[in-house]
Amino acid sequence: MSEIVPPEVRPKPVVPAKPSHVAPPSGAPFLPSPQGTGGEGRGSALLGYIGIDTIIEQMRKKTMKTGFDFNIMVVGQSGLGKSTLVNTLFKSQVSRRSASWSRDDKIPKTVEIKSVSHVIEEGGVKMKLTVVDTPGFGDQINNDNCWAPISKYINEQYEKFLKEEVNIARKKRIPDTRVHCCLYFISPTGHSLRQLDIEFMKNLSRVVNIIPVIAKSDTLTLEEKIEFKQKVRKELEVCGIECYPQKEFDEDTEDKSDNDKIRETMPFAVVGSDKEYQVNGKRVLGRKTAWGVVEVENPNHCEFSLLRDFMIRSHLQDLKEVTHNIQYETYRARRLNDNGGLHPINSSGHDTQESNL
Amino acid sequence: MRCTDNALSSLAIGDCEDAELAYTMRDLPRAGHTFPGSEMPMMDREPDSTHTHTPGTPTFTRPLSRSLEPELVRRGQLSSMGSLDSPMSPSRPKSPWGRFDPYDSAEDQDKEYVGFATLPNQVHRKSVKKGFAFTLMVAGESGLGKSTLVNSLFLTDLYKDRKMLNAEERISQTVEITKHTVSIEEKGVKLRLTIVDTPGFGDAVNNTECWRTVEDYIDQQFEQYFRDESGLNRKNIQDNRVHCCLYFISPFGHGLRPMDVEFMKTLHDKVNIVPVLAKADSLTPEEVRKIKMKICEEIERFNINIYQFPECDSDEDEEIKLQHQELKGSIPFAVIGSNVQVESQGRRFRARQYPWGVVEVENPEHSDFLKLRNMLVRTHMQDLKDVTRETHYENYRAQCIQNMTHMVFRERKRSLCNRGRDSASDLPVPLVPVDSDTERLIWEKDEELRRMQEVLERIQEQMRHGH
Repeated sequence: MSEIVPPEVRPKPVVPAKPSHVAPPSGAPFLPSPQGTGGEGRGSALLGYIGIDTIIEQMRKKTMKTGFDFNIMVVGQSGLGKSTLVNTLFKSQVSRRSASWSRDDKIPKTVEIKSVSHVIEEGGVKMKLTVVDTPGFGDQINNDNCWAPISKYINEQYEKFLKEEVNIARKKRIPDTRVHCCLYFISPTGHSLRQLDIEFMKNLSRVVNIIPVIAKSDTLTLEEKIEFKQKVRKELEVCGIECYPQKEFDEDTEDKSDNDKIRETMPFAVVGSDKEYQVNGKRVLGRKTAWGVVEVENPNHCEFSLLRDFMIRSHLQDLKEVTHNIQYETYRARRLNDNGGLHPINSSGHDTQESNL
Repeated sequence: MRCTDNALSSLAIGDCEDAELAYTMRDLPRAGHTFPGSEMPMMDREPDSTHTHTPGTPTFTRPLSRSLEPELVRRGQLSSMGSLDSPMSPSRPKSPWGRFDPYDSAEDQDKEYVGFATLPNQVHRKSVKKGFAFTLMVAGESGLGKSTLVNSLFLTDLYKDRKMLNAEERISQTVEITKHTVSIEEKGVKLRLTIVDTPGFGDAVNNTECWRTVEDYIDQQFEQYFRDESGLNRKNIQDNRVHCCLYFISPFGHGLRPMDVEFMKTLHDKVNIVPVLAKADSLTPEEVRKIKMKICEEIERFNINIYQFPECDSDEDEEIKLQHQELKGSIPFAVIGSNVQVESQGRRFRARQYPWGVVEVENPEHSDFLKLRNMLVRTHMQDLKDVTRETHYENYRAQCIQNMTHMVFRERKRSLCNRGRDSASDLPVPLVPVDSDTERLIWEKDEELRRMQEVLERIQEQMRHGH
């Protein structure tokens, strides 16, 4: 990783080691399997049913009350369908396009960072979703260092969190604005990654979880898609870029095999759409062209559903944890080392320097 | 004497392809001689008949000046000569033009003609024998389907052994110019097609001035032609000037990107730019419409002079006018290319096969490929060449000569000022009696010109070796 030895990868805590600033991990695979009825325990023999397993339920209730924060950043050249994809992912109009920006924006001269927050609710669970957009990335003639504002933003969020953490009187729940996931949109040229893509990912894969996706993939035939993905994976390997899920953070074999399967199909070739059409009697999200309807959720047409399941249904919590336990801790360790230790009382922002990268 | 001669003679000097037409036009008998009715009075004008008028000889030879006569006799191709052999009899010897003979219709059988309406046929025949040359440049970011489109347009496979660089090699990649030449023959007509490609364009992180290489290449071709034209042996000038540049616009943006605008603005005065919307099968029909509108509006806003189709004459029939309108309204052409042939319903055609449908390259509902091909090859190829020759090349030439003259003036002015303020009057300096100072000046000026010449030659050499 970085020059400084990162802290040990802590096993995902069953019960959070510190008071819950971040939402506690949702129960599933990490708890030891519930003992069920009867007293046949492993380890110490349980002589009756205690009810330890109800902790899952308690955590769930707590989570539902407090809700989640999830921050996703989308990066890519303009016109690659970033906003549409985010809207499709979360089945609502959450991107900045829908928040009163018109589609005929001028391309900004420098990369801007625009974030829009929404609270969406499903099944009693509230999620505060923040989508951070980066208009102007890669659109200029000279794109040198166009990732610098993005890098700066990400580190600023870490800095904010760090400051809150280091305070003497800490808030009960530190607002988490750190970017949990960065979706990087690759242009579907069919040849290989562009230089800009490689430069961006090289610079930022150690700072944030990057999930590369192939945008507007309805422009590639099946063979082209397979070839392109292979090329991209190879190039990423050659350049030493590790995207999420990173190999080094796989904990057990189960994780590894799951993640390996995912890694084989990455980058996901996606298509986004917010329009519905009638196909075979069903209403589906899709794009209607003169030669057919591209169905967004049909796994034969594109890998949108794979991406959605991966990001939201199985690895959402993991994304947050890797961000908190690894990316953030790396940042923190570096800051503390550089500064010779942060002064605990610094609620004002004056004496801490800007993130020193 | 010959009123239209001056205009035509300028034509003759320039392009050797049209020289044939120019020469034939110039040597044509004058208008007054064409009307059969006026032949009688003509005869009166030359009472001193050097030819005895025997019945049966062509009467038209009389009024013509003697110098033309041997040429006309030589030009056995003028079929009408045969027809005027015996103006009384309606029968004509067989015309070499067959069904292309413009005089073949029934109503023309009895009339008498000189017969130069067959000129287009003669030009056509000569041109077909010689063959045509066309240079097409394709420019745009990599991955927009340029090579595939070129292959689809000309039904060849120009890029068989192309190697794609991997990521590391590409970091230090600069814009190159590559040329592929292929000879295509169809129905006896030969076309020498040159495709100029620009790999590396727009692919770097920092693309400032990446069009400079392209601009330099175009200028070099002009310069080469300029030199050849000013040279001594002009028989076999090879025309390598770029006749048309297809600029590929990415369909993934929201219209023109800053680099597109810069490229087109730099090159719109040097080459015919035809904007093309690449990979159009990624867009729904509605999106295609919107993006085309946006691009047209931006082209206008930035004052980019793309290639304009010549206007239809007012006497063309409605159908052609409609087609023309359609063509103009389709800019930029939304194209799809494919190297793969798909078989369906008994037909084989080029197409792209998706899980949700098949996109046919040549289906006008699916893309503007046919329109582009027809425009490029079937209707406007000659016009593209003409505009290149008449407008872009002439601009370059005028610019070049002006620059050279300015440089000479400036040099002279500078040396004069250095010499002293005695001849403070305006340039040009009249030819003063040659003294050593003036001689030195002249020598210096010559040196400057020679140096410029050397530099230009060196660049040319480099370019030639670079290919």
